[in-house]
Amino acid sequence: MRKFSLLDGLVAPLDRANVDTDAIIPKQFLKSIKRSGFGPNAFDEWRYLDHGEPGMDNSKRPLNKDFVLNQPRYQGAQILLARENFGCGSSREHAPWALDDYGFRVIIAPSYADIFFNNCFKNGLLPIKLAAEKVDVLFKAVEAHNGYKLRVDLERQAITAPDGTEYKFEVDAFRKDCLLNGLDDIGLTLQHVGEIKAFEAKHRAAQPWLFA
Amino acid sequence: MSAKTLYDKLWDSHVVRQDADGTALIYIDRQLVHEVTSPQAFEGLKLAQRKPWRTASMLAVPDHNVPTTNRAAGISDPISRLQVETLDANCVEYGVVEFKMNDIRQGIVHVIGPEQGATLPGMTVVCGDSHTSTHGAFAALAHGIGTSEVEHVMATQCLVAKKSKAMLVKVEGALGKGVTAKDIALAVIGKIGTAGGTGYAIEFAGSAIRALSMEGRMTLCNMAIEAGARAGMVAADDTTIAYVKGRPFAPKGGDWDKAVAYWKTLHSDAEAKFDATVELDAAQIKPQVTWGTSPEMVVAVDGRVPDPASATDAVKRGDWERALAYMGLKANTPITEIKIDKVFIGSCTNGRIEDMRAAAAMAKGKKVAANVKLAMVVPGSGLVKQQAEQEGLDKILIAAGFEWRDPGCSMCLAMNDDRLEPGERCAATSNRNFEGRQGQGGRTHLVSPEMAAAAAVAGHFVDISKE
Ligand code: SF4
Repeated sequence: MRKFSLLDGLVAPLDRANVDTDAIIPKQFLKSIKRSGFGPNAFDEWRYLDHGEPGMDNSKRPLNKDFVLNQPRYQGAQILLARENFGCGSSREHAPWALDDYGFRVIIAPSYADIFFNNCFKNGLLPIKLAAEKVDVLFKAVEAHNGYKLRVDLERQAITAPDGTEYKFEVDAFRKDCLLNGLDDIGLTLQHVGEIKAFEAKHRAAQPWLFA
Repeated sequence: MSAKTLYDKLWDSHVVRQDADGTALIYIDRQLVHEVTSPQAFEGLKLAQRKPWRTASMLAVPDHNVPTTNRAAGISDPISRLQVETLDANCVEYGVVEFKMNDIRQGIVHVIGPEQGATLPGMTVVCGDSHTSTHGAFAALAHGIGTSEVEHVMATQCLVAKKSKAMLVKVEGALGKGVTAKDIALAVIGKIGTAGGTGYAIEFAGSAIRALSMEGRMTLCNMAIEAGARAGMVAADDTTIAYVKGRPFAPKGGDWDKAVAYWKTLHSDAEAKFDATVELDAAQIKPQVTWGTSPEMVVAVDGRVPDPASATDAVKRGDWERALAYMGLKANTPITEIKIDKVFIGSCTNGRIEDMRAAAAMAKGKKVAANVKLAMVVPGSGLVKQQAEQEGLDKILIAAGFEWRDPGCSMCLAMNDDRLEPGERCAATSNRNFEGRQGQGGRTHLVSPEMAAAAAVAGHFVDISKE
């Protein structure tokens, strides 16, 4: 997995609550059997004026100028600022794949749906939970300043704003370690093969029908 | 030992190891697999030259991309076809049992698991699909997972997880006329919100839940994820055990008795503590209809579309305004005055035999209204379809003007050819009313099968509790 430690990134604001994974990557793109290439179709229905289908040349499609990510000032953004319950709905990992492929490395929101939150970490994306008031302050700051950037330091668990304000955030120790070191979950789990086998033997003896 | 919740019991019996910070490895008994979220996981296995840990724990089925008509002709969309063929090939390569598209046992993954007895009480069940919460109806711990986790479970038989908090949703009393498990689910979501259950595993309990059939309990647990909870569950009882008995994957002989004795312990202890409790009075729940683009945007059928001016904060007001604009609705419109263009009865929420019966009972001797362009009934599995046909339900529905289709996810998410056109309004028995969920620009109102069939006949929503 790709490592993540420090990022100085441009921030893009997506000012709505309950952004669901259908919105992040609509279902027609889930037909792909690959993990990559979803970026041009991230937020497809909001981003383009026509109906998107896999295989289209996205560079030729009409853009929805009103959609925030299409504004020139947010091009190249690596940090997505969002509202409550981001990533709700379907468990599709295509959502973090699409955000990642688009170029985002960090998401900042007051809360996330559990499965989406989990899926981000598996793909080197850092979803940060920040209190709603703080997120609100950031929304106002992004609006007010062109080229607004934040520094995200995972090691120190801190976000630094251009005016020097620091926002500390929590992150699970295990997940932090995996991100900082780019560790692959499966490899880590397989270090415990002996324990898994021992558990399995005991479980089989107690509930043999599970293994029939 | 201290009193345990059902969730504690299920969790504790599957912990392989646990770190000081609470990160645990949980052993997985059953992994269900479908074509959309598995190809990248199989590919990952292959690239790392790993093999599935226990192939016998897996059961695969294509459901999202399959056509619901003229199946003999195969899948016309080449990208959909490739995805299903990829599943077929992976199952052959790794020796995974798969019910292929034309197998009578094929159906929506969350319908076939229980139907086959592949979902059993006391199990941990995962699938790369958020509605895996459905299986919790069997006193199982069932999680939806992402594709990386699908690969992880394939390779290690374990999931890396942290224990959630426990929420008790208690529904006491008797449901009124025309009120179903779907209405309980929507009423709960209306009450706690789509993020109300985030970080929790929900146990549904109380006399109204005990009185539900397994189908009803599955409908309820199915929508736990719509309340933000990754897992929903109901304690095992005689209803659970009677449902499981005799199913193909269920234990047999001496194992059966042993299993039943264990399953009877799968309930929360009387003194068990929950981190949060929500109570509802069953008698107060009315048939529910969603009016917006999130399942929490829901009101009783005798209510009105809410006015954004009455929203409690600015973010919410913005959400409501956007939802009304998308849905093409005006504030304060009575729900029963909303006219519909299409009706979809099916999905892993309401695609089981009871749902087919409920729809047929409403449609019997009536006709789909002239303004309804399409009313389709999509059974959740081939076996549900067969059973419904043996009961003559298909004839009743067809005579009333409904289309009777082949099993699959269909217009729940419109990955196949079944979809709404922009601006079309649909009464749907599925679980999500997000923008574009049933087709770009499509407008979805979530309801029970009874309510959907009644709306098909009337051409608009009707209060079936008063009919
Ligand atoms: S029926 Fe709908 S919600 Fe259920 S598994 Fe299929 S697409 Fe998902």
